Amino acid sequence: MERKKTIVATASLAGCFGCHMSLLDIDERILSLIDLVDFNKSPINDIKNFTEYCDIGIIEGSCCNSENVHALKEFRKNCRILISLGECAIMGGVPAMRNGIPIRECIEEAYMNSPSVKGHNPEMILPNDPELPMLLDRVYPCHEIVKIDYFLPGCPPRADLIYSALEALITGNEMKLPYEIVKYD
Amino acid sequence: MAQKITIEPVTRVEGHGKVTIHLDEEGNVVRSRLHIVEFRGFERFIQGRPYWEAPVLVQRLCGICPVSHHLAAAKALDVVVGAGTGHGLSHTAEKVRRLMHYAQIFQSHALHFFHLASPDLLFGVDADPKIRNIIGVARVNKGLAVQGVMMRKFGQELIQATAGKKIHGTGAIPGGVNKNLTEEERDAFTKGAAPMNPGAMVVWAEEAIDFFKQYYKKNREFIDTFSVFPSNHLSLVRKDGALDLYHGNIRAIDSEGKVILHDVDYQEYFNYIHEEVRSWSYMKFPYIAELGEADGWYRVGPLARLNTCTFIPTPLAQKEFEQYKANTIGKPNNMCMHTHYARLIELLHAAEVIRDLLNDPDLQGNELVRRGEKKHEGVGVIEAPRGTLFHHYRINDNDQIEMANLIVSTTNNNEPMNRAVNHVAKTMMTGKKEITEPMMNAVEVAIRAYDPCLSCATHALGQMPLEVSLFDADDQMIDRKKKG
Repeated sequence: MERKKTIVATASLAGCFGCHMSLLDIDERILSLIDLVDFNKSPINDIKNFTEYCDIGIIEGSCCNSENVHALKEFRKNCRILISLGECAIMGGVPAMRNGIPIRECIEEAYMNSPSVKGHNPEMILPNDPELPMLLDRVYPCHEIVKIDYFLPGCPPRADLIYSALEALITGNEMKLPYEIVKYD
Repeated sequence: MAQKITIEPVTRVEGHGKVTIHLDEEGNVVRSRLHIVEFRGFERFIQGRPYWEAPVLVQRLCGICPVSHHLAAAKALDVVVGAGTGHGLSHTAEKVRRLMHYAQIFQSHALHFFHLASPDLLFGVDADPKIRNIIGVARVNKGLAVQGVMMRKFGQELIQATAGKKIHGTGAIPGGVNKNLTEEERDAFTKGAAPMNPGAMVVWAEEAIDFFKQYYKKNREFIDTFSVFPSNHLSLVRKDGALDLYHGNIRAIDSEGKVILHDVDYQEYFNYIHEEVRSWSYMKFPYIAELGEADGWYRVGPLARLNTCTFIPTPLAQKEFEQYKANTIGKPNNMCMHTHYARLIELLHAAEVIRDLLNDPDLQGNELVRRGEKKHEGVGVIEAPRGTLFHHYRINDNDQIEMANLIVSTTNNNEPMNRAVNHVAKTMMTGKKEITEPMMNAVEVAIRAYDPCLSCATHALGQMPLEVSLFDADDQMIDRKKKG
């Protein structure tokens, strides 16, 4: 009889995808994960696609716009365990460097002042279409929006750390955290 | 009844992009748009930071090809610290960086082919998304999946050896690198047990091309006709016209092969390339200034590079290049799906470059950094896996960054991706009252050929989910379909 697989969902909010790439860096171990984990449910599925309750939700990135917040709340609702993966999810990371700066200045720098735009945007067009989600006043780490169960540090967290955490959660054994695999850069 | 259709190729969850298609009352496609909905504000918040932070900070834009950003920033700052552009560095520094960069090209192209393209080729684009991923590949063809995983691993480990980390490394610094490659580090690759050595990687890259060519033979019509449209092409090329992914001048040609930017110095890119802002996307639209917004847009990436370069400076890839060029009788290739083919030829080229570079004793040299007369401004351009990447910095007398401008690879392909979506929409949606499944697939395949970071990453572990919503003239949703 086939053992019931652990359902894992992942999301990338305001991040760079590096944490997801680090997950891929578990290399050939990903092939042995097939027997334990069902990734099909959602690496980056639409939140509204949650058709079953997931065991583990992995969040990369922070919340910088309204859609990020919405997505994060849906993940909380649909996952038993929620993990903040990497510095952006844990503390806002590099995107949170904009927190001390008015958002208008960030927009104007990119769309009016840059050397390849300056003088070529006489109508001063800025991205403001209703299709674009609303930017938040600042970038929020995930635990300020919802409850987070585990935090895996690193930029990105090392593949061994991610694997060790997943393995422990799947098997129910205690997580091994040797000094060498916990990094903060 | 006028309709609006919304497709979210990558979902609301990650909020990176979505497509809207507007139909008029007769059901004709009025317009379609690929919206990029992500904005982070790097250009502004980096102001005030010391310049030497840029190579490690700005690479956090993208964890999929961080080495490209790391090196583009370092190249810009080489100019600032007076080391000059391109060949101003010591042999050791330039070669360590080249090794890092080609390792990145190798792993990224391998990732794209095995994790993203091979499931489509094995199962077809209409197959159940549940099996259309690397795990599905592992179930039916374990050898192929293992090959993909090991090629990526080889590239990533080479990046670690040169940059210090697999993702977001620190190896390149303004004026050079912070370490060389020791003999032990080198031997771990050159004397690695099969298949983890450069020779085996060359063979596997050749096999990947054969795999594609066999598919091409059987599916020629699809590959040659899907989403074909003429465009300009732009990339860096070496002085002698060779393909060079680390350094060169900017060359652009039109769809017929006429040169429109003749190997210009990228330090003055802003004289040749401008960007248009459109209110419905955070991603700007670059164009060749002289041709204007309507005609100056261009493609970048593997397809463009094999159009602009004259030859490939490694023998096996050159042989494949000649065969590839024969398909268009030497003319520029404007066939979207040939991007996959071009990408694999570059994969082989990268494997050859890595193999040759690893035997170069300059990698063990001790002159790591060069400095000269300080400047206040510098531009760094590199050919990232997905295309030409521009970094431009200006600093003040306190060494703080005062201005930063970034034109990333996927941004350069903004207009082409929009054209591709429009092409698919017009062909498949005209007169349709309902969203059809083949249309959903076609949009996904069209966007993915450009390998925008989003598609590559979402597909790496699963599928690219699509959501299509159909709206009537009053913006009421009347139909909705999902896949993935």
